[in-house]
Amino acid sequence: MTVLLRTEGVSKAFGGVQALDGATIEVAQGSITGLIGPNGSGKTTLFNVITGYERPDSGAVYFGDRAITGYSPQRVFAAGIGRTFQLTRIFGRLTVLENMLIAAQHKSPGHQVRNPLARAGGAADRRRAMELLEFTGIAGHASALAGTLSYGQRKLLELAYVLVTDPAIVLLDEPAGGVNPTLINLIGDRITDLNANGTTFLIVEHNMEFVMGLCQHIAVLDYGTVVAAGPPDIVRNDPRVLDAYLGSATDDEQDE
Amino acid sequence: MNRVVILRACLVGAALAAAAIFPIAFTNQLVLTMGFFTLLYIVAAVAWNLFSGYTGYISLGHAVFFGSGAYVTGIVARDLHLGGAAEFALLPLALAVGALIAVPFGLIALRVRRHTFVVITIAIFFIFQLMAFDLKTTGGTAGLYSPFLPWGPVVFGQRFYYIVLALAVGTVAISWLIRGSRFGLQLRAIRDDEDRAASLGVRAMPVKLTAFVISGAITGLAGAIWFFYISQILPGSGFDPIFDLTVALMAFFGGLGTVSGPLLGALIIEPVQYYLNFQINNGYLSQIVLGALFLLVILFLPRGLVPTVGEKASSWRARRESRALDAGAISAGQVVREQASGPGPIAKGTAR
Repeated sequence: MTVLLRTEGVSKAFGGVQALDGATIEVAQGSITGLIGPNGSGKTTLFNVITGYERPDSGAVYFGDRAITGYSPQRVFAAGIGRTFQLTRIFGRLTVLENMLIAAQHKSPGHQVRNPLARAGGAADRRRAMELLEFTGIAGHASALAGTLSYGQRKLLELAYVLVTDPAIVLLDEPAGGVNPTLINLIGDRITDLNANGTTFLIVEHNMEFVMGLCQHIAVLDYGTVVAAGPPDIVRNDPRVLDAYLGSATDDEQDE
Repeated sequence: MNRVVILRACLVGAALAAAAIFPIAFTNQLVLTMGFFTLLYIVAAVAWNLFSGYTGYISLGHAVFFGSGAYVTGIVARDLHLGGAAEFALLPLALAVGALIAVPFGLIALRVRRHTFVVITIAIFFIFQLMAFDLKTTGGTAGLYSPFLPWGPVVFGQRFYYIVLALAVGTVAISWLIRGSRFGLQLRAIRDDEDRAASLGVRAMPVKLTAFVISGAITGLAGAIWFFYISQILPGSGFDPIFDLTVALMAFFGGLGTVSGPLLGALIIEPVQYYLNFQINNGYLSQIVLGALFLLVILFLPRGLVPTVGEKASSWRARRESRALDAGAISAGQVVREQASGPGPIAKGTAR
């Protein structure tokens, strides 16, 4: 098993709140890895640290053999790590297709010297964008303003435009949160399809059915620390995980 | 689709022809003056919009470029003792001044966003106005005069009209090119979510700054032409806060971030303002009307004329298409339903 993405002892505090406390996770190449944990356990903060939106106080992030700790979001994305947001971040007043073209900037290495007044998006970019929109099932909305899409469709659009650059790994922050069951199934199917073609996934999700069905490996965060990791069946029955979600007598004492 | 393109080309052609004939048809000086100022404000509003409209960074400091273009050409013309039409050789200088000022101005102001950006632009505007008042070379409160142009009144009006018409056509063309380009897409992505755009590889600062420089350069050029036309500049007229408000209002009114919006806004608002000024002969009243108009636009047309009307038209077209689809795909079930519910939507439409 090769490890594609690894965090080592990442800590991050916001004022007096220790959001991450030595979090260490490993994502195997070609896997779908889940990251779960109760609210406030530091899942999104860990995503932010990995993708360059937050700087860790200590610890390191490795992408393959490369240390990417403290990279800007742009460099992280260029390195091959795509990311979607819990509350989607799409460009509401651009059309769906234009959203895709913005994400396509990185693809051609010489993009900075291209004629800036050229029409937005070359034929190849447009074709690829439409393919991905077909793949995620929102091609029919290509010329609609992205702001008019439903919440679930926005999630699909964000997934589609992250895929434009063929990232090696995609980090999804609650892909199924607030989405209707039909779309949840569609999103799950698309993740499985992409994974079969070699894309690695790291997924934060509260929908246990979704996570357990999709992921081969799961890490559980609690108070900023990984308390358990392993295949779904083992994690599901781990007493530390139950503690994290339901609390226990000893836990309460520690709190006080 | 093709029909729309042809229709649009015809419209543009007709507008250009009308604009070209205008000073020959109306040689009345007052009308020529109105034509000149309308075109000048089209230049200013379109130039303002290609930065502020596309990026969402609302600048209330564009008078800095306008005044600087005017002042610098005035100072150079005076110091070099240029006479008559030789002053027009200084127009490239006005363009350069606008661009050069936009670089440090942008590097400072574009570090902050939204309201803070607006406040910074206003602050920089007042610094420039103060410099015009206090520096020796600007002539202080007495201002500057441009070289005298030995043209008869009608020729004068017509020549200036065509100069500013050429500039307006060029500016609209630039705005249109940018809007459809990769660069324009980057600007609009910055407007919607700058951080996300940056994370996707848009180099936000250089992109914003480039638009600001283009916008500033054109505005500087407009300032110089305005100065040659009215032949005198004062600190309060060159660096005029009303200029900033007017230009922003025109763009808001027509539709922020569209190509035709600021053009339409200027085309409607400037003649109205000119007429009010002339009829009522009370400078303050037209400003009150302007302010009231601003409030009305924000309340009832927050996105501006062009997007609102465009949306109405496209939703009407979509409704018509879906009706046509319904009518085409009548299944047995639909027939029953329509019979049960009385006349269908099409019948209702024709009955009205």
